[in-house]
Amino acid sequence: MKAKVYVTLKPSVLDPQGKAIKHSVELLGYAGIDDVRQGKYFEIALDDKLAEDAAREEATRMAREVLSNPIIEDFRVEIVQ
Amino acid sequence: MKFGVIVFPGSNCDHDAYHVISKHVGQPVDFIWHRDTDLSSYDALIIPGGFSYGDYLRAGALASFSPVMNSVKKFAAQDKLVLGICNGFQILCEAGLLPGALIRNRELHFICEHVNVRVESTNTPFTHELRTGNVLTMPIAHAEGNYVCDDATLAELQRDDRIIFRYSDAAGLVSDATNVNGSRDNIAGICSRGRNVMGLMPHPERACEDSLGSSDGRAVFHSLAGALAAAAA
Repeated sequence: MKAKVYVTLKPSVLDPQGKAIKHSVELLGYAGIDDVRQGKYFEIALDDKLAEDAAREEATRMAREVLSNPIIEDFRVEIVQ
Repeated sequence: MKFGVIVFPGSNCDHDAYHVISKHVGQPVDFIWHRDTDLSSYDALIIPGGFSYGDYLRAGALASFSPVMNSVKKFAAQDKLVLGICNGFQILCEAGLLPGALIRNRELHFICEHVNVRVESTNTPFTHELRTGNVLTMPIAHAEGNYVCDDATLAELQRDDRIIFRYSDAAGLVSDATNVNGSRDNIAGICSRGRNVMGLMPHPERACEDSLGSSDGRAVFHSLAGALAAAAA
């Protein structure tokens, strides 16, 4: 079982890296790109014996307490069997 | 009075801080390894600059989970003094001992240069020997020094005189042009509600000898030592 955690900067937080990527992408000729924002992706391999609810709870707590900084980031958790 | 300099894997300004306390302040100082949790013999702690845990995950994040930080939280709750410099400031924010967060510099570059900061408040144990409006020249060396916080936090910091330093020019003028890294309200350093914890991105411990470019940082350590002496008296 895997937990997939996506961590993204809150919309109100400046993302200079995303801006730099957007600039480069435009130089390469891509059109119609309104914005690029960079986030983080974590994969956590979990014990298959865990119930899905328990796994989700563990992963959510990990996402909130460690993988993200709630002052500047939001997160989303997916559990995959 | 006894000082402690906390060392995490990757801290690299620990020796500079130790040297300043030992040589310029002339007081006993220890290195404290991040796994040690007994801080009972110390009067003040310095969380030094560097790249603790390689800045992995987020600058200061993994260090904030180190065993010593629980003890630092209790230490701070007892109104004892904690000074966080650069990575130390990042660690204090991640640990929740200071509000807000430090993110990537606005212009993305790692900035390594002497900058000017205006002293905004002398109402702390770290700045009480200075005067509001004084300009200190100190080096910065960071890629994640852009201070951010929400509107409510900014209002509280402003209202309670908890913004201690702002990036300025040599004359003390604070403007967007003098905002080296994009920090909200040009904030270079802040203190906690109890005023006993201060974090700043510039390095006062690297500005204590004229041969290194500036000795303006001495005043911060003089103030700190003075505050401890007054408390002991």
